[in-house]
Amino acid sequence: MSQSTLATPITELPRTPSAPKEYKGRVAPDWCPGCGDFGVLNALQRACFELGLMPHQLLVVSGIGCSSNLPGYMNAYGMHTLHGRSLPVATGAKLANHELTVIATGGDGDGYGIGGNHLMHTARRNIDLTYIVMDNQIYGLTTGQISPTSRFDMKTKSTPQGSVEWPINPLTSAIMNGASYVARGFSGDPKHLTELIKAGIQHEGFALIDVFSPCVTFNLDNDFPFFKERVTKLEDEGHDPSDWKSACEKAMEWGETIYTGLFFRSTDRPTLDRLEPVLQNAPPLARRPLGLSDDQAQALMRRMM
Amino acid sequence: MSKDTLDLTIAVGGAAGQGIATPGNVLARIFARRGLHLYSYNAHQSIIRGGHILLMLRIGEQEVLSHGDRMDLLVCLNQDTMDRHLRHMGEGSSVLYNSDAVEPGEPKAGVQLCPMPVKELSHDSKNKVIQNTLSLGVMMSLLGLEFGVLQDALKQMLGKKGDHVVGENVVVARAGFDHASRNFRPLPKPLPQGPKPLGVWAGNDAIALGGAAAGVKFYAAYPMSPASGVLHWMAQNGRSLGIMVRQVEDEIGVANMTIGAAHMGVRAMCATSGGGFALMTEAIGSAAMMEIPAVFINVMRAGPSTGVPTKTEQGDLRQVLGASQGDFERFIVAPKSALDAFDSMPELFNLVDRAQCPGILLSDLLISEGTFSFDPDDVKLHPEIDRGALVLDPSPNGDYHRYADTKTGISPRVPPGHEGFVHVVATDEHDEAGTLISDEFTNPLIRRRMVEKRARKFETVAADIAPPELEGPKTAEVTLVGFGSTYGVIREAIAQLADDGVKANHLAIKWIVPFHAEAVANALAKAKRIVIVENNYTGQFAQYMRGETGITAHAHIRKYDGEPFTPHHVVEGVREILARETPVYVPTQEVMV
Repeated sequence: MSQSTLATPITELPRTPSAPKEYKGRVAPDWCPGCGDFGVLNALQRACFELGLMPHQLLVVSGIGCSSNLPGYMNAYGMHTLHGRSLPVATGAKLANHELTVIATGGDGDGYGIGGNHLMHTARRNIDLTYIVMDNQIYGLTTGQISPTSRFDMKTKSTPQGSVEWPINPLTSAIMNGASYVARGFSGDPKHLTELIKAGIQHEGFALIDVFSPCVTFNLDNDFPFFKERVTKLEDEGHDPSDWKSACEKAMEWGETIYTGLFFRSTDRPTLDRLEPVLQNAPPLARRPLGLSDDQAQALMRRMM
Repeated sequence: MSKDTLDLTIAVGGAAGQGIATPGNVLARIFARRGLHLYSYNAHQSIIRGGHILLMLRIGEQEVLSHGDRMDLLVCLNQDTMDRHLRHMGEGSSVLYNSDAVEPGEPKAGVQLCPMPVKELSHDSKNKVIQNTLSLGVMMSLLGLEFGVLQDALKQMLGKKGDHVVGENVVVARAGFDHASRNFRPLPKPLPQGPKPLGVWAGNDAIALGGAAAGVKFYAAYPMSPASGVLHWMAQNGRSLGIMVRQVEDEIGVANMTIGAAHMGVRAMCATSGGGFALMTEAIGSAAMMEIPAVFINVMRAGPSTGVPTKTEQGDLRQVLGASQGDFERFIVAPKSALDAFDSMPELFNLVDRAQCPGILLSDLLISEGTFSFDPDDVKLHPEIDRGALVLDPSPNGDYHRYADTKTGISPRVPPGHEGFVHVVATDEHDEAGTLISDEFTNPLIRRRMVEKRARKFETVAADIAPPELEGPKTAEVTLVGFGSTYGVIREAIAQLADDGVKANHLAIKWIVPFHAEAVANALAKAKRIVIVENNYTGQFAQYMRGETGITAHAHIRKYDGEPFTPHHVVEGVREILARETPVYVPTQEVMV
């Protein structure tokens, strides 16, 4: 086996990591200095540490885009899949080995644009996944075009006269489609974000955590100062996360006040992996013997005779 | 098929919603239990109620290779069927029809018209599909079978609906049987009995069962004709077999979910038709890049675009060959029959597991939606399973490189969940450890090494696949070449040509990739006249074979009207080509369906 000169090999630990830095991956992030995604990565690593997750029992699945490079920066099993497809890949992985903790990550273009259809359906299935979207309201890796969450009238390379389309609201969309944990964090408040991610991972069901993760290169409209002045934690407002109507009202606020925190949580609907009969009282699919038993084979043949 | 043995085709025609499937299934079971072979083709339209359906069920004492060229017994459930098909009925044949509702046309000499006064015989039954039951009774009499055979079959098929339903059907069937015994001339010879009972399956059942036997534990799909039968089989059997079955929002989701599951170490597959396959293609490339073995099934129908959803074509060869951007290999197998499709599933799974890459099974409507008999002794429900370099009980021994560059190109694969083997797989180009070399660390030397590694492992594994062989006489006037589902019809056409003194042989291609160019070239080296038979307009296979071997066929027989070839189409094509050097012969579909 030849040694890559680029990778810094790390040996994964047979014990629970003793510091968040032990969740760092082989390579250092290549994000622009000051990128919001650093804060999200740090919060995720800290959340994993504080929950005592073993790296080998953790799978991080991403799509394509700046933020989707994240699995390579984690000491965990990772899949860096196609643009927009992190959720179906993560769903297949979780269903095939439901003992793993599966986290999907990506950006707003990846998750709300090209992958938008999957978000709706993953939410309604309420599969036990945590989906962290680094929402910077811009396409960064393609050097600055509008995204599904870009504001009306935003001027970008693809909208030089200003956008004449309105953005989608990922939070109300997720709530309406059946996500059972819907939160929003801010990369500039890593402590708060860590708590949201931790609770999202612990939540049994589909958790969407939309994170304001400013692009310091291509989105100068929605930068760190823009959010710092506006973000207000729902926890400080006495919001009841079991009240979906109030959650949607709070999620629609976009002005002097923009809310972060846990908007909605419900625990009354079992997850897909719990409802699926094939997974009940049985080991993960990945550990089952292949092929048909004699009884199964005989029963199948009898039915065709 | 030899002329003195049984060769009989029963056709049932009507509109969608008239319940044609039920008498078709009852007959198929009766024949297979009797040990008779059968091949059935259901020509139908994309409509749930109305339209025209013609189910053709051909039976014989040996393997039946196609749905044949003629009908011996036609059941007209409506006027439309009578109007369309009476003219296809020849001497010695019989035509059954509901004389309360259908006006018979003018038959050819020697055709027996068998009117069934349905109201009278069913005592004014309100049951809208009672004429089907009645016609089954009539057919039993015409075929020289005992009524008890039908009575048992009805009990088994309808038992779930209760004694009342079984009772009503048995009484009506009996009335039909007695009516026919009194009024109609039976076939000259009663149906023979085969040496042992046979089973009955549809091609899609065979594909699904082949997957289950190969150890599939995850199946995902979006409904699409003519592939939905695989989903239905899986949905019906998944629970008892421990197979996860998911209906997903679109085929993009289907393919990606399948890949996600496969990466965990389970055998995973999905099936669709050409349009859905188009949506899957990017994911197929990702399986190649991440080196995740998974099987994608494309059941072809007539295209392009939505095309003719209930009609057949071999029009997706180019699509599967070119599926997904970039330069990579994938296994492509085009089975020759339902049994071959069953056998191909474990074979394909072993290959993709060993080479850690995507594999495609290319079926079509003819195989997938056809119903066929099979000899239970031919169906290997415990096939050999070879998972290649998948390591499920690894012990950590230092730094694990998922994409280790080995002599064979095959890198040991440890799925997530194992301590000491943490790694990231990526659709970006990466080095042996899995670190991306697409953004910051681009490196032409590593890129070249990884491209070559992936190519090498494919070649390593593909070398074990048996090449095709010429069937029939070594020297012949004509060598017919086809791929996939045309196998049976070509074989039958060759037998018919031999009866007429024309010597022909057959090169049947099952493996599209790897394409055994050298073996094909050798097999065709001495061919006097190469004729390629394919179910499309542009000659996709002919072009592909020319590209791979440099061999240009002398002539072509092509059909692209949505209906499959029957033997006489090929026979007449060969005659025309021999007589006139016709470069491309296109048969006319006589039976309008």
